[in-house]
Amino acid sequence: MAAETRTRTPSKTEHLLINMGPSHPAMHGVIHIVLELDGEVVVKAEVNIGYLHRAFEKHCESGTYTQAFPYTDRLNYVSPLINNFGYALAVEKLLGIEVPERCKYIRVIMSEISRIADHLTCIGASGMELGAFTVFLYCMKAREYLYDLIEAATGARITISYGRIGGVKADLPDDFAERAKPAFAQVRAVLSDIDRLLTNNRIFVDRMKGVGAISKEEAINYSFTGPMLRATGVYYDVRKAQPYLCYDQIEFDVPLGQNGDNYDRYLVRMAEMEQSMRIVERALKQMPAGPIAVDRTGPRDELGASRPLKPDEMVDLGKVGKTEGLLEARLSLSPNLQGMEEERSQAINAPEKRVVLPPKEETYANIEALMQHFMLIMDCWGMNPPEGEVYFPVEGANGELGFYIVSDGSDRPYRVRARAPCFPFVAALHRMIEGGMVADVIPTFGSINMIAGELDR
Amino acid sequence: MSETSPLLLRIAQEFGEAVIATHSFRGDDTATVRRESILEVLRFLKETPELGFEMLTDVTAVDYLKYRSTDTPGPAFLAHEFLAREREPQSARFSVVYHLYSLTHNRRIRLKVPVEESDAAVPSATPLWPIADWLEREVWDMFGIKFVGHPDLRRILTYEEFEGHALRKDYPLRKRQPLAPTREGWEWAADQTVSFPKTDRFDAMPPSKRERE
Repeated sequence: MAAETRTRTPSKTEHLLINMGPSHPAMHGVIHIVLELDGEVVVKAEVNIGYLHRAFEKHCESGTYTQAFPYTDRLNYVSPLINNFGYALAVEKLLGIEVPERCKYIRVIMSEISRIADHLTCIGASGMELGAFTVFLYCMKAREYLYDLIEAATGARITISYGRIGGVKADLPDDFAERAKPAFAQVRAVLSDIDRLLTNNRIFVDRMKGVGAISKEEAINYSFTGPMLRATGVYYDVRKAQPYLCYDQIEFDVPLGQNGDNYDRYLVRMAEMEQSMRIVERALKQMPAGPIAVDRTGPRDELGASRPLKPDEMVDLGKVGKTEGLLEARLSLSPNLQGMEEERSQAINAPEKRVVLPPKEETYANIEALMQHFMLIMDCWGMNPPEGEVYFPVEGANGELGFYIVSDGSDRPYRVRARAPCFPFVAALHRMIEGGMVADVIPTFGSINMIAGELDR
Repeated sequence: MSETSPLLLRIAQEFGEAVIATHSFRGDDTATVRRESILEVLRFLKETPELGFEMLTDVTAVDYLKYRSTDTPGPAFLAHEFLAREREPQSARFSVVYHLYSLTHNRRIRLKVPVEESDAAVPSATPLWPIADWLEREVWDMFGIKFVGHPDLRRILTYEEFEGHALRKDYPLRKRQPLAPTREGWEWAADQTVSFPKTDRFDAMPPSKRERE
């Protein structure tokens, strides 16, 4: 009797409002999602961003053109090299200069290594969100090998500030190709492990397939780019559509998905990493040779042997008037300046005296170079690009990363705007999670690979 | 001011008076369009098959308040030359900038809409592209330009209680605002005055040239 009355009573249902974030343990990145739930189904979702806003654009406008580089490192902090080069390419377009061939190859190689690191992070995180913690650790292990490569070339691992307007900071080390070989072998081993762990894993496929899907038309309307757009089957890659640097001279494929769901995004990213390694290997083979021999004999000591001088030693000799052979002297540079020696700097920097700093040997030994150095560094002097505005897109790890720069002819950018690739993804996040289960919010959020640094700028 | 690009010619022919100016600098086609007809131009660009600009890559704005002002940093001996150059008076303070991309034809175009400070409002592009929703919210947040017809024009990167618009050129670089806003019902917060230490690293920095006027 009692049971009967209980079933007859009309049950009262109401939607439950849940705040996910801003600092939710399962979300990597500060973002706030307000979820309206009917049982376990997401009825409505609202996304709030801005928790990592640090006025990137305002900061760039207050400094000189070169001073913006460290800020660009912090846009997408998983692949900072691409941001560096994107900004440098935009300013170079404004100036109308082109970097030497070797520099282009270095930029391509470093960009692609960053892209692999970025995709590894994304896949590792989405694995972890589904309980596959092993995959995350494997990915981090593989990323370490790539960071070692990046460290060998740039001297830093994350905030590298490696790009320069009209070139790069330093040449690749001589043994870079030999170092890349074992590193890529390790990454490939990890990738095949992940492939065997995840691609046909029942739990993983069930949780990823058909989840967080978005149609081709909607993806275009939301201006998706990068792996997210390619997962829906649209062939658009800035490297192919508007080739910059030397991407038109290197063969590679653009992997495409079909359904635009989380699983296809995973497959596209996995395939892209292999292509990126292919690009790096090709580029290392095709790259023109670096150092150009510079004849530097310099002053000889009592025994008649020439030796490299230290900068302060050189200054002292000049002060007491012993200038004989000083211009030709070799200089022992500090390890911080490794890769920027005079014989290398010609190969990696554009021959533009109004933009590129002279090599350090010249700066220390030669008054013209010293003046040029100070002209470029001093406040209110620097480089003065012509008046105008440019937009330059590059293929970031997440999609099209564009820099829109307005110059008013002064030494500081009048306006710098970064078009963040993951901004549209987060804007469309509610479209991907509404109607799904609340447990699928986190994997979908992981698969869009939101990087708060570039989202909130 | 060269009208060489066939794309810009086409737009100029189609809209005549509504297109104020066009130019191609470093290969970037730019058309300056009157505010009243921006929505028509955007729709025309999106829906005409032979143009086919399906993608609204970016919406942003530029504040021309201090553009080429006399205090622009530059070598002193070049100053007279700098001033002697033909100066184009920037009549409107703001420009809203649209970047469009055509997937089918692999082309880009930039549209600019001059906006006066006294009447900073532009028709919203949300009926054409859903992404315009967030992009326009960011422009509103950073520049204070309203988008007429926008369904939900709120601040996006800063918080509702934030005063002013940060990317305007007259917004001071080092201005401080309390990070914990005082909301209704938060009496404990209303009593507290949020103060920042005087020995801030940024306060010790010399002001930039632009700020020194």
